[in-house]
Amino acid sequence: MDDHKIFKVSRRDFIKTTSVGVTGLLIGVSVSCTDNKKNLTGDPQSRFTPNFFITINGSGDVTLIAHRSEMGTGIRTSLPLIIADELEADWNRVKIEQALGDIKYGDQNTDGSYSVRMFFMPLRKAGAFARTMLEQAAAKEWGVDVSTCKAVNHEVVHTSGKSFGFGYLAAKAALLPLPDENKVTLKSPKDFKYIGKTSSIVDIQDIVTGKARFGLDVNIPNCKIAVIKRNPEPGAGVKSFNPDEANKISGVVKIFKLDAPGFPTNFFKPLGGIVVVAENTWSALKGRDALKISWEKGKNADYTSSSYIANMMKGAKSKGKVRRENGDVDKAFKQSKTILEAEYIVPHLPHSPMETPCAVALFKDQTCEVWAPTQDPQGARKALAGVLGIDEKAITVNVTLLGGAFGRKSKPDFIVEAALISRNIGGPVKVLWTREDDIQHDFFHAPSAQYIKVGIDKNNTVDAWLHRSVFPSIGGTAVDQANEPSGGELSLGMIDMPYDIKNVRCETQQAPTKIRIGWLRSVSNIQHAFAIGSMVDEIAFARGVDPVQNLLDMIGEDRKIDFTSLTKELENYNEKQEDFPWETARFKNVIRVAKEKSNWGKQLPKGSGQGIAVHRSFLTYVACVVEVSVDANNKITIPKVDYVVDCGLAVNPERVKSQFEGGASFSTSIALKSEVTVKDGAVVESNFNNFFLARMSDAPLETAVHIIETNEKPTGAGEPPVPPFAPALCNALFAATGKRIRQLPVKLSA
Amino acid sequence: MATYHINVNGQDQQVEAMPDTPLLWVLRDNLQLTGTKFGCGIAQCGACTVHLDGNATRSCGLLISSIGTQKITTIEGLSAPGLHAVQKAWIEENVPQCGFCQTGQVMSAVALITQNSNPTDAEIDTAMSGNICRCGTYERIKKAIKRASTPKPN
Repeated sequence: MDDHKIFKVSRRDFIKTTSVGVTGLLIGVSVSCTDNKKNLTGDPQSRFTPNFFITINGSGDVTLIAHRSEMGTGIRTSLPLIIADELEADWNRVKIEQALGDIKYGDQNTDGSYSVRMFFMPLRKAGAFARTMLEQAAAKEWGVDVSTCKAVNHEVVHTSGKSFGFGYLAAKAALLPLPDENKVTLKSPKDFKYIGKTSSIVDIQDIVTGKARFGLDVNIPNCKIAVIKRNPEPGAGVKSFNPDEANKISGVVKIFKLDAPGFPTNFFKPLGGIVVVAENTWSALKGRDALKISWEKGKNADYTSSSYIANMMKGAKSKGKVRRENGDVDKAFKQSKTILEAEYIVPHLPHSPMETPCAVALFKDQTCEVWAPTQDPQGARKALAGVLGIDEKAITVNVTLLGGAFGRKSKPDFIVEAALISRNIGGPVKVLWTREDDIQHDFFHAPSAQYIKVGIDKNNTVDAWLHRSVFPSIGGTAVDQANEPSGGELSLGMIDMPYDIKNVRCETQQAPTKIRIGWLRSVSNIQHAFAIGSMVDEIAFARGVDPVQNLLDMIGEDRKIDFTSLTKELENYNEKQEDFPWETARFKNVIRVAKEKSNWGKQLPKGSGQGIAVHRSFLTYVACVVEVSVDANNKITIPKVDYVVDCGLAVNPERVKSQFEGGASFSTSIALKSEVTVKDGAVVESNFNNFFLARMSDAPLETAVHIIETNEKPTGAGEPPVPPFAPALCNALFAATGKRIRQLPVKLSA
Repeated sequence: MATYHINVNGQDQQVEAMPDTPLLWVLRDNLQLTGTKFGCGIAQCGACTVHLDGNATRSCGLLISSIGTQKITTIEGLSAPGLHAVQKAWIEENVPQCGFCQTGQVMSAVALITQNSNPTDAEIDTAMSGNICRCGTYERIKKAIKRASTPKPN
């Protein structure tokens, strides 16, 4: 990975552009020797801002910018921790400030589990440059060689024992030129103070006391509340409407139509509908209920998910477009001793973050300011500029805490709604999505149908693998032509299938997108890991080999898998294969550790069982062992989950663990509870009374997370828990009940 | 619109609202007590949990006209200015991820602990099953409740 990709400018430009943020630098820099003999502080007004991420004032307060969005992963803590460590700042004296959406910070699209992977080195460098300048300032002050000065916990200490505080040095460091990069040394990992150690999230006190401000909690003076009645068929418009009854509701101030985009809708355009603006939320909701609307029928009025999935499965049974091929599967199947075939179905899934989409906007004098729980503030800014027809510089995007997101809040449609409504009413407004709005008008995880056929030869070796994956592409939400899974989507668990099989073919079929499709935590890894992880377990039983040994047999020798001769479409999470190769040794290691930690093969009572699945996603290797027990009424409980995680160096291991614990629960919803269906173009489910998520009584009782200790480059932690969980659970259900599960959510009684 | 007098966090408040307005929106819109969250609007997720005379209650389904003199406690009034033992346990167990549902979780947990100082796993499950956490912090919630509970003397 190069810095060019990160910052869209050269490394040199990054250092240059980030070095001259000298807010207040030359104002009031009086070198006041304080009473403090250690010279801890200087003029409180002075500022040392060596780059966009760090400011140190004369009092020694360090302000670090959190430029990526906090939706529960802990990133608002973990990235500043990296800076603080290299800076040698005292974490207790660090304040965190959330960045506005601005390209100067580099990539802010908090998506794809790459925050730490992308920013680990740049932020270490940002901290190290600042630390070096503080050391240089102290050396200059003392008239000594800089090699005799060392920053230690918010002070620079000379070998003689004398020291200056960061606050005292701030004004002096601000006058220094940026050092050459070769004068800046990164810490040795053994000297890390915060990286790799456990740290609580910075917002924890505010969260448990109700002071934390999410998007829903933003309030600005004279802010009205708006809700929108949208066509049940996403993208279709309004034929006619009568606002008379709604206008009679006390507090309703304005009702108007927002144009529908048609279909495909694209990702940033609002769905349109009838907007009700009111003085308060209840008036807006009552006003909306009182609307009389006649809806237009759009091009997807015939979309019914059950028949659509059945059609996809028909497609999956016939030859499709080849996306990866090695050897000759057709020839190999003719010589197979055993052939296995299975069909896998995963339904539409919504994101349903606990905080529904919401945004506050103020459009005024051709400028627009918004406050929103957005994963992608730069994307929102660009979308607003386009839709409002004003320059991006006239748009300010404030990022609040996100009450969950899981991919939903990377799309700015709800923020654009707020801005358009504010422009219409000439004042500030908050747009609220109810839970029904959220579940029925989401960008859904694609429903999928897959077919896998496996040939086992006379030596009991798997030598043929045919996998067909059919699902509507995310791209189809933007353009009609994207009517078949993209290489990027297939790189999420299908064409990067790692098993050492001589004859492999991966195929797809067309499946036009009929409703807004988006990316949900781990995206198409969900269905691909489910199908592959389940089939691999079937293979173990067909071969008569223990499932753990079967995985090790199938992955083969230690090697870096070279996919270049197998497929031209592998994206490897936007990383070069040489930088982040597919390493089978790391895969085998998580399997072996999982076997040990889970006490694999232990004696369990009747109706209980263990299952394993292993998957690499977002460049992280994860083995998952699930233990289930099923009672006489087919009630499923999950006494234990063991995750083994190789995500490279874990910057904040405690948050990696929490992501995996939560991931087990999130995946329990996918495996056992959640399903969205569509009938005649409209989503059937509407709220938590008919759409289900795992509750405490459904979730795993204990999730043990074992992190492999390594200094490999950091990789993803937010999404990787999800893919292997459902297949591990279903494999455990097979061990417990003898029933194979090939469709989610699991219905044991059926 | 009508005028209502309610007692929130020990203070008498006068609010103007339609009689069928859920308490949730009175708290959030009229009184700017935004620690109580909107999650579903149909009393299925628990994000809006407050105490009504000490009992955990979903404020999204509770009409302002039905409250009368019952005392309302929200997260803001739980233990101000200090922290309640449950809040401390939440911090010690590092429970929250995104944090949005956690105020409702804490309110449910405090009501449970107050009425049952040493709940069993099954009792915790029952008391907390009305609160959804999409991030999946349930295991730590259970640990925090146990940490905050008082073991019965032998």
